[in-house]
Amino acid sequence: MSILVNKDTKVIVQGFTGKEGSFHAEQCLAYGTKIVGGVTPNKGGTEHLGQPVFNTVKEAVASTGATVSMIFVPPVFVADAVMEAADAGIELAVIITEGAPVRDMQAAKAYATKHNMKTIGPNCPGIITAEECKIGIMPGMIFKKGNVGLISKSGTLTYEGANQVCREGFGISTAVGIGGDPIIGLSYKQLLPMFEADPETHAIVMIGEIGGDLEIQAAAYIKEHITKPVVAFIAGQTAPKGKRMGHAGAIISGGAGTAAEKMAALEAAGVKVVVSPSEIGKAIAEVLKK
Amino acid sequence: MNIHEYQAKQIFAKYGVPTPKGLMAESVEQAVENAKVLGGPVWVVKAQIHAGGRGLGGGVKLARSIEEVEKLSREILGMTLITHQTGPEGKLVQKLYIEDGADIKDELYLGVVLDRAREMPVIMASTEGGMAIEDVAHNTPEKIIKIAVDPAIGFQGFHGRELVFGLGITDSNEQKKLISFASKLYKLYMENDAEMIEINPLVKTGSGEFLALDGKMGFDDSALGRHPDIEAMRDISEEDADEREAGEYGLSYVSLDGEIGCMVNGAGLAMGTMDTINYMGGTPANFLDVGGKANAETVAKGFEIILKNPKVKAIFVNIFGGIVRCDRIANGILEATKLVDVHVPVIVRLDGTNAPEAAEILRNANIANVIAATDLADGAAKAVAAAKQAK
Repeated sequence: MSILVNKDTKVIVQGFTGKEGSFHAEQCLAYGTKIVGGVTPNKGGTEHLGQPVFNTVKEAVASTGATVSMIFVPPVFVADAVMEAADAGIELAVIITEGAPVRDMQAAKAYATKHNMKTIGPNCPGIITAEECKIGIMPGMIFKKGNVGLISKSGTLTYEGANQVCREGFGISTAVGIGGDPIIGLSYKQLLPMFEADPETHAIVMIGEIGGDLEIQAAAYIKEHITKPVVAFIAGQTAPKGKRMGHAGAIISGGAGTAAEKMAALEAAGVKVVVSPSEIGKAIAEVLKK
Repeated sequence: MNIHEYQAKQIFAKYGVPTPKGLMAESVEQAVENAKVLGGPVWVVKAQIHAGGRGLGGGVKLARSIEEVEKLSREILGMTLITHQTGPEGKLVQKLYIEDGADIKDELYLGVVLDRAREMPVIMASTEGGMAIEDVAHNTPEKIIKIAVDPAIGFQGFHGRELVFGLGITDSNEQKKLISFASKLYKLYMENDAEMIEINPLVKTGSGEFLALDGKMGFDDSALGRHPDIEAMRDISEEDADEREAGEYGLSYVSLDGEIGCMVNGAGLAMGTMDTINYMGGTPANFLDVGGKANAETVAKGFEIILKNPKVKAIFVNIFGGIVRCDRIANGILEATKLVDVHVPVIVRLDGTNAPEAAEILRNANIANVIAATDLADGAAKAVAAAKQAK
């Protein structure tokens, strides 16, 4: 078990033949992901990385039976690609591209929701079920199979967290990089119940950052519904107000969205909150050895 | 990206959002000329900087004669204006806006921002115009009306009614005017990929007209490519020079006031590194995300920018390679030590993709000043120790 994706998940790549798409699709194939084809308009009928290329997502779905799409198209084409995937009946779109305009994502996400398509990202490392299926750009070798689920807004903190969990002798069931943009797809609140229901997951690492209130919503949800231990780190305790810290959504605006308020809410919900990402591994060891 | 009040008002005018007449000036002479064109009898001389709270800081003043316009322009142009949003160092006033005085009866607040929780724009309005909206939200949240507008349907009549009844506007003529005002504002917010619009105050005049007395706009940086007219409004003198220079090299940089320079890949890990330094008893000097396409040139540039800050006593390079390969960063560090005089200890932690190769590169180079660290905690501890030793 795991959440959302596993060794049988059939994946197509939108932006398959582009530089980034090619490079990472190849890495995913090497990891064992069932990439069954890709989409690049006007390259339909050709082959790339040993897989068929289609002109449209509809054709790709009809021919391959894919349920998940990994999106690598340039920023201004992201919304179009997401909506095409939703229209074609894709169940989950993993959007890696960074820099998609917020207004586009509003429309794309609303359309995806209407078509019951889940989205992850944009501007994220993707999703990985350890040793089964990698859909994204994370270094696969650090994710050893195990019982810890991980949800993170930050790519490199996903790697940092997973690495520590594995060094402590534990492993990862599924890790999801949800992205740090103002509008994102699946978030803590939707992913936490999936991990709660997954028998393979015994504990959850949740990595957040300043800006917005997704972590506060997560805290409320955890308090009511999550019985598995949760370890959390919130990045940006030392970030100044009103300054955007790299991610488009990482900004304390009007004094709201601080690390302190998020940490307090999570602590009040019974979450083990660490003040440095270097403590994630130890904290997981503590909660799992109880 | 943010723009000046006078630029926001140009956009307002294009969409038919009423504003007082005004003209921008870059010299006292031009300010006087503008005042003559406007005709008076009352003018407002306004400092143009990218920060709120200008009035309280002495950057907005009323003039009742051309002589007074001249005197006030001389005072304000070139002054360093300090407001609650500029920080203690303040901002140099390089532009003025000379505007017709308005006959103010009521002051309202009207803004449009993205509601991240609802994932749609929200129109915010309040009868408490002229005050910091953060304070109103904190002290009297019931005085703020929030109307979410789903872009799929756009601004509808019911949104407008919710707005005017919420603000207690009963005169039907005034209702019509304010609804039209808000609907135009929503339109220009959407069409220009704005991130936020704030009109504080929006005034009702003695004759029942609504005017945008102030105008603040910010835009989604990711969408600037499709708005060359907006991009042309960028005023680089309002931006932090180091942050801008870093941006040109694909680096994301924010300066802080501590002693340990940080160079990290990924925004989250960059913040986490700052937090860890703080946790270990040190102080971070900056946020710096080298991004996913780091190479020798960008890393060297990163060192150069970090080292411009004389307070920096040590640098912590913390890389967890995913897309960015550690061997490239290692080569970047070597390159940087040739290009830039790195006179402080550099603590290097490289983990992830090609980490063993990177360690090999650094070991073979054997540079004085470069200290290897095994993990995040070890690196932060070594950086804090090195900074303390340097004192």
